[in-house]
Amino acid sequence: MSKTREVLLDPLFNNNPIGLQVLGICSALAVTTKLETAVVMSLAVTVVTAFSNLAVSALRNFIPPSIRIIVQLTVIASLVIVTDQILKAYVFEISKQLSVFVGLIITNCIVMGRAEGYAMQNPPMSSFIDGIGNGLGYSLVLLFVGFFRELFGSGKLMGVEVLPLAADGGWYVPNGLMLLAPGAFFLIALFIWAIRTWKPNQVENA
Amino acid sequence: MRNLNSTKYIVVFCTVVCLVCSIFVAGAAVLLKEKQEVNAVLDRQKKVLVVAGLLAEDAKVKADEIQRLYKTHIRGRVVDLATGEVDAQADAASYDLALVLADDKTSRPSEGTEASVTGLTRIPKKGLVFEVVFGDSVEMVVLPIQGKGLWSTLLGYLAIDSNGNTIRGITFYKHGETPGLGGEVDNPSWKAVWSGRKAYNAKGEPAIAVIKGKAGGAAEAPHKIDGLSGATITGNGVTKFVQFWLGAKGYGPFLARLQKGGVKS
Repeated sequence: MSKTREVLLDPLFNNNPIGLQVLGICSALAVTTKLETAVVMSLAVTVVTAFSNLAVSALRNFIPPSIRIIVQLTVIASLVIVTDQILKAYVFEISKQLSVFVGLIITNCIVMGRAEGYAMQNPPMSSFIDGIGNGLGYSLVLLFVGFFRELFGSGKLMGVEVLPLAADGGWYVPNGLMLLAPGAFFLIALFIWAIRTWKPNQVENA
Repeated sequence: MRNLNSTKYIVVFCTVVCLVCSIFVAGAAVLLKEKQEVNAVLDRQKKVLVVAGLLAEDAKVKADEIQRLYKTHIRGRVVDLATGEVDAQADAASYDLALVLADDKTSRPSEGTEASVTGLTRIPKKGLVFEVVFGDSVEMVVLPIQGKGLWSTLLGYLAIDSNGNTIRGITFYKHGETPGLGGEVDNPSWKAVWSGRKAYNAKGEPAIAVIKGKAGGAAEAPHKIDGLSGATITGNGVTKFVQFWLGAKGYGPFLARLQKGGVKS
């Protein structure tokens, strides 16, 4: 039982895919200007990582080693397209805002990294949980970044005004930097700094 | 133990994986198609309402609220582009651009004509117009606009005041321009720049154009729109096709009638 817990919770802080492995930065910058898109993107990546791990792990003893990467990619690509179709059918507006980034989950290093690094060696159930864990690790950073970018960039959370804007007679002047990609870089850097201060063993030797 | 590296095994394995994956993907696409189409129609209706100023851009409204607003305030019309006359017999609700463009009787190729600047291959002979009505009076008209940007065909709407000249809004419901560059045509503050500017110059020619850099206020620069940095080709494309649709081969004759004294229904 403790092994399962470890597989699930390790990627949150001890081995965060964005924080420690520094993977999947591109989409973390692109879809986090609003919390809502960050939530949907997090869900999509978590689902894709979990099921691609499950499928790859179930096939791991049958996949010819010479073509394993392309087989993993086929599985991942199919899952991503299905996810995209589901988003288009049920949350059309958000899927338009996420635009190409749902499709780009295919190239998200986290998904492929877990398939190759974990699912190829471990049984399906454990791989599935590993996928969820890594998806959650990614989600944690996305939600953290999305929360602060939307709050300080537009004074809103989930589209609801929290800080009354100066333009509408309130007191808050939004920080435009937060809505630009560098704003996300600063937030991710702060996140990594906080984790490494808490867990000094993650600091790489210069 | 089977030999995982034999060519025969690899070929068979690939075929099976590809087949299973394609059935999976195709199944999802077919099953969800109906729902996606309903969404797409609803999204277009919403965009018409947004461009007409009846709904806020980020408003969270239920599907039946959109349909109610659309029913009360939006009246579809089919217009003969050459004469600008409203075709009273045609049913706007059943107007399907794809079918119109597929037929030689209802559309013409754009190659070698003025329409080629839009990058579209065919231009309809009759086009849709949405009148925005409050009570009995037509407040403004919403024109569908289409044309090439850099990568993709942009599909959108342009709202023109009932004076036939003042632009009230612009929006795109479908495009594939680069997010962050050409994709900024979706940026609310850029779209807001269009509002209040004039479509035609004093000579009655379409003059509205996306320029390089900032355009300034609507009073000093009535025919200019801020450029999108890093998206010159998208901006030029928008200028070309908006001018085409406002011009003599587009909705120009219809808007000219509107300027002279309103449309008769």
